[in-house]
Amino acid sequence: MRADAAGGRAPAEWLRGAHAALRRMLGMPDYTAHVAHLRARHPDRPVPTEREFCEEYLRTRYGNGPTRCC
Amino acid sequence: MPLSILPWLALALAGAVAWGTIALHRGETVSAAWLILAAVGTYLVAYRFYSRFLATRVFGLDDRRATPAERLENGRDFVPTAKWVLFGHHFAAIAGAGPLVGPVLAAQFGYLPGTIWIVFGVVLAGAVQDFIILFGSMRRDGRSLGQMARDEIGPFTGTLTMAAILAIMVILLAVLALVVVNALRDSPWGVFTIACTIPIAILMGFWMRVIRPGRTIEASLIGLTLLLLALVAGRWVATSPVLAPAFTLSATALAGWLMAYGFVASVLPVWMLLAPRDYLSTFMKIGTILLLAIGIMLVLPPLKLPAVTRFVDGTGPVFAGKLFPFCFITIACGAISGFHALVSSGTTPKMLRRESDARLIGYGGMVMESFVAVMAMCAAAVLDPGVYFAVNAPLATLGGSVESAAQVIRGWGFAVTPEQMRALAHSVGETTVLARTGGAPSLAIGMAHIFSRAFGDGLTPLWYHFAILFEALFILTTLDAGTRVGRFMLQDLAGHAWKPMARTSWYPSAILSSALVVGAWGYFLRQGVLDPLGGINSLWPLFGISNQLLAAVALCVGTTILIKAGKARYAWVTLGPLAWLLAVTLTAGWQKIFADDPRLGFLSHARTVAAQMAAGTLDPAKGARLVFNDRLDAVVAAIFMTVTVVLVAACVREWALILTRRKVPVAREAPFVETAYAS
Repeated sequence: MRADAAGGRAPAEWLRGAHAALRRMLGMPDYTAHVAHLRARHPDRPVPTEREFCEEYLRTRYGNGPTRCC
Repeated sequence: MPLSILPWLALALAGAVAWGTIALHRGETVSAAWLILAAVGTYLVAYRFYSRFLATRVFGLDDRRATPAERLENGRDFVPTAKWVLFGHHFAAIAGAGPLVGPVLAAQFGYLPGTIWIVFGVVLAGAVQDFIILFGSMRRDGRSLGQMARDEIGPFTGTLTMAAILAIMVILLAVLALVVVNALRDSPWGVFTIACTIPIAILMGFWMRVIRPGRTIEASLIGLTLLLLALVAGRWVATSPVLAPAFTLSATALAGWLMAYGFVASVLPVWMLLAPRDYLSTFMKIGTILLLAIGIMLVLPPLKLPAVTRFVDGTGPVFAGKLFPFCFITIACGAISGFHALVSSGTTPKMLRRESDARLIGYGGMVMESFVAVMAMCAAAVLDPGVYFAVNAPLATLGGSVESAAQVIRGWGFAVTPEQMRALAHSVGETTVLARTGGAPSLAIGMAHIFSRAFGDGLTPLWYHFAILFEALFILTTLDAGTRVGRFMLQDLAGHAWKPMARTSWYPSAILSSALVVGAWGYFLRQGVLDPLGGINSLWPLFGISNQLLAAVALCVGTTILIKAGKARYAWVTLGPLAWLLAVTLTAGWQKIFADDPRLGFLSHARTVAAQMAAGTLDPAKGARLVFNDRLDAVVAAIFMTVTVVLVAACVREWALILTRRKVPVAREAPFVETAYAS
């Protein structure tokens, strides 16, 4: 998808892809992708701000059981 | 087909030659290269053939079937992710302090037994477990291990699994905290650097929330730079006559600080401390593991530890117990780790883009962790055996001084001089490295040794403290995250009794349950700090037993999934590892409780202490506490064993009912939906 189709594009786009890949590796979701998804599939739902989105993500990420091993 | 097999045959041969070299050069020094070659050869062959067999024949991975990431895509947790990015994410989540500490402790048996277990344990058991749980969760919309246990086996098993997870967390947090205490006690440099990670993480937290919202990578780069500055500044603190005493802490004081930290960190909002710390430790972890791999490849150091030591007879100073079962309990992460089942049924299954990616991520990710464990074993084995034991044996055995330690270790047949130990401590910027049991310091010395040979001398103290920082950083992250998870589980449980307790953001409830969780692991930590045999001797086996218990649960769930899918003829892929784990766990548990050797058996140690009290050679108050702790540990081990037996019995009953057609298996897999992706 976004990250694996990065080859052969402008360096700026490549950098954006690498940045998104690094974020995904940390487990951080992509705000723009989520907004795009909401607009496309659920136009009736409100679009959260980036801060609301990050907060909701952190709450589910660290609130639902162990996410890391020893 | 036959031609494409040829390179693999060559690889298998190379691996076999490497194993042969290690086996035949007994009594001589062997290069780490052979260990690496033997491991990598075995991994690649197993990955090519066994994981392919699992993927196609046993699980029937199907790329035409849409994954949860595709069907439920929401741009947040369900996100189709490129295979290698997800591999990185999954690897960072499973690899922590475990695969580094376990092998270093098990090195007291020599490097060979541990390495064989790490390599063959992973390809036949550990990677199979991770793979099957990832597969099962992927086919069930990303359900967790606890939910799968409840759905597939029954509500009783589900609840028991949740309780087991909570108990394991307590022991895990206590033993990891003890590793940090042993690494940082009387080490102003280490304490200063680790203390600096707290304000650095808070700064990152504010950066990502207030100053530049959502800029994770940017904040992480700033954090990493500051962290390296703190590392360098630590040397100056350690030599300052004013600051050094302020940062020199005793073991009991450190234990108190860690408990206070765990409590405060788990009550603070996630964005302020936990999340930034998690990012920092992820980068540190991947960076350091890469660095260690490059270092070992460049230097190919000779292994100075014997292949097998005399301590296979159970008299080892680091922890008591014979090779079987204790080698297999001591090394859990790196060979098979039940904790991974929680990660494999957590965020990863929701991000798989194609079903076939699960092979690389589930099986391959665990094989990669095993490789980290082999590197940790190499780093321990490059030390002189005398040095290894001086760093890892408990203080009570070694006596308080380098002179007494050298004498004791010479008695075991390993040469070490007091001057050597003083020079070593000086070379890494410490006053003493004696009796720093727990794996982290000897790993750090080994890593510093390898790094200085690879990247130039003169930086040895920096490398040592870099390695300590790297381990302590993610152990503290585990402490914080683990306390928080334990708190949520407890609040959930308490919510059944009184509703308001379940409100996670209600401060009285949060504070009370955090205090209870910290109190629980803190008690075991304090017990470990005060233990005359060195707490690792009692706590690490308990942790190993509990982790293997969780692995047994995961393998039971995996077997049930296979049997319900009509694949009972392949059930041996999980039943084999399960049988081995039961043999290891139950034997170890039994010996820890009932063995006659007071260093090994909790109950016989309690009797020894009672005899000393009766003879008047031990302070009664101290003795009473020791007896209570021994009995408590025995009860904990007995509970773990009982839970294991009950769980397995419940599963076997379920399997028998299905196989004899007295019960119709209910399919829990999400229905087939064809993928919209091109290929």
